[in-house]
Amino acid sequence: MKLLLFALLAIGTAAHLLLPWTPLQEAQALNPELADLILIELRLPRTLLVLGYGAVLGISGAALQAMFANPLASPDISGASSGAALGAVVGGYWLGLTQPLLLAACGAIGALGTLALLVALAGRRADTTTLLLAGLAIALAAGAATSLALALAPSPFAFYDAYDWLMGNFADRSLSQAAAGLIPATIAAALLLLRARALDLTALGEDVAASLGLRPRRLAMEVIAFSAVSVGACVSVAGAIGFVGLVAPVFGRQLSRGHPGSAMVPAALIGAILLAAADLVVRAIPLDRPIPVGVVTALFGTPLFVWLVVTMRRRVAA
Amino acid sequence: MTSLVARGVGIDRRLQPTDLDVQGGELVALVGPNGGGKTSLLRALARIEAASGVVAIGGEDVDLTPLARRRHLLSFLPASRDVTWPISARDVIALGLDRPDAARIDELIAKFELEKLSDRPVNRLSTGERARVLAARALVGDPKILLLDEPLSNLDPYWVLRFLVIFETAAQSGQAVLVALHDLSLLSHFSRALLIAEGKVQMDETPASLMASERFEEIFRIKAARGGWVISPLAGPRSSP
Repeated sequence: MKLLLFALLAIGTAAHLLLPWTPLQEAQALNPELADLILIELRLPRTLLVLGYGAVLGISGAALQAMFANPLASPDISGASSGAALGAVVGGYWLGLTQPLLLAACGAIGALGTLALLVALAGRRADTTTLLLAGLAIALAAGAATSLALALAPSPFAFYDAYDWLMGNFADRSLSQAAAGLIPATIAAALLLLRARALDLTALGEDVAASLGLRPRRLAMEVIAFSAVSVGACVSVAGAIGFVGLVAPVFGRQLSRGHPGSAMVPAALIGAILLAAADLVVRAIPLDRPIPVGVVTALFGTPLFVWLVVTMRRRVAA
Repeated sequence: MTSLVARGVGIDRRLQPTDLDVQGGELVALVGPNGGGKTSLLRALARIEAASGVVAIGGEDVDLTPLARRRHLLSFLPASRDVTWPISARDVIALGLDRPDAARIDELIAKFELEKLSDRPVNRLSTGERARVLAARALVGDPKILLLDEPLSNLDPYWVLRFLVIFETAAQSGQAVLVALHDLSLLSHFSRALLIAEGKVQMDETPASLMASERFEEIFRIKAARGGWVISPLAGPRSSP
């Protein structure tokens, strides 16, 4: 099963890097250096960003689900992605920031704000209804605030410009932009991965974890901070992309035999594969204007989300 | 002989600072009215929240013990049986160990007769079955002190008696076992009983003398009659603190 996952990841990476094949072939015929240029300067940042963002969504989604003890917690449903988008919009269109690393920081601050608000509103181990309603309210408010910030932005083109990336776009990102998003995201995600065993133990409840010498409060704060940094940095570069952070951990836990912390690694692989597939779909659509990647993930993710809610309801009723 | 020495353990507003000594081999029952502080005492001894005071087990201060060592000193079983994740019963028991030890896990699976359930996700088991799995998790690491909050609720009569035998065996092997419970008819199985009410250990005696005393009747508002229990004539509406 893990082998299959790695094989899929390898195929996805190769496909994402090499497809469409014709331009590469033509450039190769013209001038081999041009082909290398396309591959390294144009395609590689996009591939790295797609794989990294997908992995970050898987890891932070699994960590948030473990922490909230709820399979419906995720970067998008908790409002973290929306908060990150708000942060990046305010930073980019109001504060006039252009430095990618500063924008990543704005995204992280926005995500942190919404996650902190969620914990304040719903509590750390809230029941599903409270968590969903609070997360939804926060996401809606952050979305409205983002629209307002764009409508009132000094630049009249802010709205059109933001449409281009806010719901997920990986086109034309430079290597340095990719690095600005991925380096902080990778560090934060690695710090999350180090907490896998601790998150596995919180499956027994916070009291048992505390009796084993862990500090559940501090662990929760760390999970929130690291998730916010990793998601926020990615959102500031490539926009808010939904459902991958919700779905990847669900499949990840099938591979970790239900353990919520150990699910982070398989969820990372699955998230990377899903996002690479979604971006390939977007790229394959022959249109002269961009389709946001978030639209594709939402189209495929919504049925899975509904299925999750239905199976959860059945389990509660049983 | 290992022992539990607690000095001034308390939790704000729920448990007044309490001193307690328990020797290895003792089987201690914690009884008392709802909300009296049984759970708080167990949680304070397990150092769960910002509990004041000091707990030493076999001379080691629990707060200063490194993580890996701590599970050899104590284990705590909460009253809640909720598990969110579909982890197999065998894997849940394994969470009580530092490193996987299939032989030891099999031993616990046999002890709690979980052979048929061991591969099923624990969140799909009945509450009583889950109670057995979670108790096995608490016992698997063989700690010096077992702190068990209402381990006998949700169990069928056979399993209540089986659990008591398991606790007695643990005590005989030198572990100290503290059990919060409500069923007073089971007190005769214990070597010592603490009556906890209003955030305080009110009595600390053998079960027989505890149940015979007038304070017991006063605090519990029940008395022994015709081989069962009736509401005590002393009972009035309790003034809340």
